[in-house]
Amino acid sequence: MHETSVPETAAVENIAVTIRVNGKLYARQVEPRLLLVEFLRETCDLTGTHVGCDTTYCGACTVLMNGQAIKSCTMFAVQADGAEITTVEGLEKDGKLDPIQKAFGDSYGLQCGYCTPGLMLSTHQLLAHNPEPSEKEIRKAIAGNTCRCTGYMNIFKAIQLAGQNMKGI
Amino acid sequence: MLGQLGENAKFLAGGQSLIPLLKLRFANPEHLVDLNFIAGTSFIKQEAGALHFGAMSRHAEIEHSALARKISVLHDCAAGIADVQVRNRGTIGGSLAEADPSGDWASALITLDTAVHCLGRNGGRTIHLSDFIKDAYTTALAHDELVTEVEVKIPPKGSGGAYLAFKRSAPVYPSASVAVQLTMAGDVCQDAAIALGCVGLTAIRATNAETALRGQILNDKTISAAAEEARAAADPQPDMRGSAEYKRQLVVALLKRAIQIAVRRARGEQVEGAHLYA
Repeated sequence: MHETSVPETAAVENIAVTIRVNGKLYARQVEPRLLLVEFLRETCDLTGTHVGCDTTYCGACTVLMNGQAIKSCTMFAVQADGAEITTVEGLEKDGKLDPIQKAFGDSYGLQCGYCTPGLMLSTHQLLAHNPEPSEKEIRKAIAGNTCRCTGYMNIFKAIQLAGQNMKGI
Repeated sequence: MLGQLGENAKFLAGGQSLIPLLKLRFANPEHLVDLNFIAGTSFIKQEAGALHFGAMSRHAEIEHSALARKISVLHDCAAGIADVQVRNRGTIGGSLAEADPSGDWASALITLDTAVHCLGRNGGRTIHLSDFIKDAYTTALAHDELVTEVEVKIPPKGSGGAYLAFKRSAPVYPSASVAVQLTMAGDVCQDAAIALGCVGLTAIRATNAETALRGQILNDKTISAAAEEARAAADPQPDMRGSAEYKRQLVVALLKRAIQIAVRRARGEQVEGAHLYA
């Protein structure tokens, strides 16, 4: 029921990939044209990663590949062969929210929530290198994530609070 | 390998331009040859007065490279391309080979002494950047040839540069961009290189603007004169990013600002240049 929605074409051979997503290995045969975001959503059934614009603009599909934020709509799944991917589902540990997730909730850093998974993973890359970012640094770090609800002010607060919470752990 | 696959095969570097083009069906290759798994294609090193970048060096790697900071234009450009996610994937070699008229790298690098090292079936060759970019989306590369390395000469002491772009938001292409490299002796400009991006089919060298600065004491009057020459050199198309006149005005404003930053950097000052968002 969660097979890829991309129609099969006889001429193209599927390619074997092994991708570690949130610590779990997924070994699958995929069409070479399958996008990483579709692999995550359709093959791994991890629908927390969203497709917004599908044109490398909005950042709703942002995940971490080997610790770096990337737009998973702008990469083929076969290019992630052997890589380690973190999606929003991988932030929670043992039923406990990650400090970034908690801060987004506590600061009302979201409204409809569609952009939130991508924003939280961009935040992850920022705070891994810079736990006390200035507003200017935050703006630069999340410039590739579009939110159409909040006006961003509570997102800045959430990211600063997440940095403080992470230091406190 | 591309030779065997025929005319409908294409190289895939960072994919941040090519994959969107595939989705829009603007490009329709039968085969993609992914360069991402080839070892040794991403490096940044200094040798014989030049910085050398492996073609698959990501914009983010250049942005965070202490070596690349030796040439301000390079750091400004790398740090301002699109957004974090795109910079983590996109490559300097891919950007040059794509030759998008709105791409950042060609406009920035053309103010510097830049050589593009290429490799094809018949071996390697080196092409100066000004001969490499032929037209919009067109380079001197043969179909089965690729970029292996970009070599940028380190400018002399007393030289300073800046690259500034105006974007409506981070992920989009700039509406206009300007690159400047000035060699100063006190207040007098000894040499100048000025390029305009996004306002023509390729980056435009504003040679009359350069002439307006050479041998001059740089002040409001001489800088304005150069900016007016740049306005005349720009050849923008009206589109969703603005009218032709609006883009010409952007070129004037960006150039004045870039010259001022370049002059201060030529004196040895640390100035953070930032791309401007609406």
